[in-house]
Amino acid sequence: MSVDERDPLTGHRTTGHEWNGITELNTRVPRAVWWAIGLTHAWAVLMWFLLPSWPLVTTYTKGLLGVDQRQLVAGQLAAAARDHDQWMSRIASEDLPTIRGDKELMATVAEVAPALWGDNCQACHGRVATGGPGFPDLVDKSWLWGGDDDAVLETIRVGVNSAHPDTRTSQMLAFGAGGMLTRDEIRTVATYVQSLSGLATPDDATRQAGAQLFADNCASCHGDDGTGDTSLGAPNLTDAFWLYGSDSETLFRTIYGGRHGWMPTWESRLSEAQRKILALYVLNVLPEKQ
Amino acid sequence: MLRKLTALLEKIVSPFGRLYHLIFRAMYRIERYSLGLAFAIIIVGGIGGAVEIAPLFTINETVEDAPDMRVYTPLEQAGRDIYLREGCYTCHSQMIRTLKDEVDRYGAYSLAVESKYDHPMLWGSKRTGPDLARLGGKYSDDWHVAHLRNPRDVEPASIMPAYRWMEGREVELADLPARLATLRDVGVPYTDAQIENAVRDARGQATPDGPDAEGVVERYGEATNVRNFDGEGGGPTEMDALVAYLQVLGTLVDPATIAAAQAQVGSKGE
Repeated sequence: MSVDERDPLTGHRTTGHEWNGITELNTRVPRAVWWAIGLTHAWAVLMWFLLPSWPLVTTYTKGLLGVDQRQLVAGQLAAAARDHDQWMSRIASEDLPTIRGDKELMATVAEVAPALWGDNCQACHGRVATGGPGFPDLVDKSWLWGGDDDAVLETIRVGVNSAHPDTRTSQMLAFGAGGMLTRDEIRTVATYVQSLSGLATPDDATRQAGAQLFADNCASCHGDDGTGDTSLGAPNLTDAFWLYGSDSETLFRTIYGGRHGWMPTWESRLSEAQRKILALYVLNVLPEKQ
Repeated sequence: MLRKLTALLEKIVSPFGRLYHLIFRAMYRIERYSLGLAFAIIIVGGIGGAVEIAPLFTINETVEDAPDMRVYTPLEQAGRDIYLREGCYTCHSQMIRTLKDEVDRYGAYSLAVESKYDHPMLWGSKRTGPDLARLGGKYSDDWHVAHLRNPRDVEPASIMPAYRWMEGREVELADLPARLATLRDVGVPYTDAQIENAVRDARGQATPDGPDAEGVVERYGEATNVRNFDGEGGGPTEMDALVAYLQVLGTLVDPATIAAAQAQVGSKGE
């Protein structure tokens, strides 16, 4: 069967294919399809002129509308900053007690803080700032670096053992791995440390030996009475709050291998106002919720 | 009214109709010759490629300048290979798009230059988990290790799989010089010294107190993270390598360079 053969009933040409005497009509392309092709092509030509499209050698046609996604997002960010400016500039310029005294401003803080918290802090400190092993609980009132406004703001700004030049620095030495204490001595001083918060009741000999070891090795940072020092980030060992855990095994690991906590610096990621919002969230908004 | 409009449109389109008629006549012929059709498809596809892809090599603003950008260290590159092997890119993108919401959440949008040394790039297009383009330095090494060991330990709602087998599993180092040399072949500017010392540098970066740590800083710069990433002794593990890689994401280019490039565009937009 040849291509030019026509179907006797419709007068259309056939495709020239034949299957056991059955042939396929080569009908005209429907008018709607021509319309769709024509209109989409017209649209494309129009867009060539309106949008960035044709490449030239070292540049490209920018389009009559001047659309640039990067400029667009810069504009949107600037517009959002203007919208927020009314309260954001007040948070940036005023100190925390003043902000705290302003009910309306605090309501704004409580509204915007959870998103900031979720994006930046929640991964380590948890949804409601209760932390976890190695990540401090921020609502327990037991602060490593101090819980007043300036201390909290500074910790958020520079981090702990971070890459910031002003970083807070603290390192608990590896007393076991470093060869400063034997395993038995570590067990003794661990028991003594537990006794400070009533977790263990060692006999007098152990208590005395532990106290001596504590005075020789630990007191320089944690204080003679074990209440810690927030200027060094040395935890209070006499209260009920434990960063890594208070059981004998964890304490052994802590004293044997040392601890070297790390908190990032947020100065490059968050603005001062954003850091203030987070400090207020931790110091005021969260405690009120609980 | 509608009739008039249709007539007008028909008038506009009719010259093109003749063109399409010609094209369809040609199609009608060529469809009958499969080899010819295959060549025609390749030619038409090639035109598309030539017009859309080739100019990117000559257009000045395709890739921004970042003269201070550093290459991945051998350990980070090994971690990147693990990231690929485990298919992390199927759930995590590494591309902050130019959208306000993304910039609000993840930080400055990604620049093309930041992927300059990525072979292959890992931009991804699927976000079951969050974008990781600016993850470096955001969380602690301990957090990454705890999270990879069991994501539920630190984020109860996470659906990410646990990757605890990477702990204690030594990372493959012997072929690192060859891997870096291959990357150099495709344009990553590794020096001879960097390739030669790849194995030593990989060990050195994960052993801050060891004898090889100094060489890493010397060859890759002061800002290199030289740490015991997994917190365990012994040679570098897959955990070390992966965490080293995660901690460098988005930090190869100086943030000031990124901010400057974006501020320049931004000032035009206002």
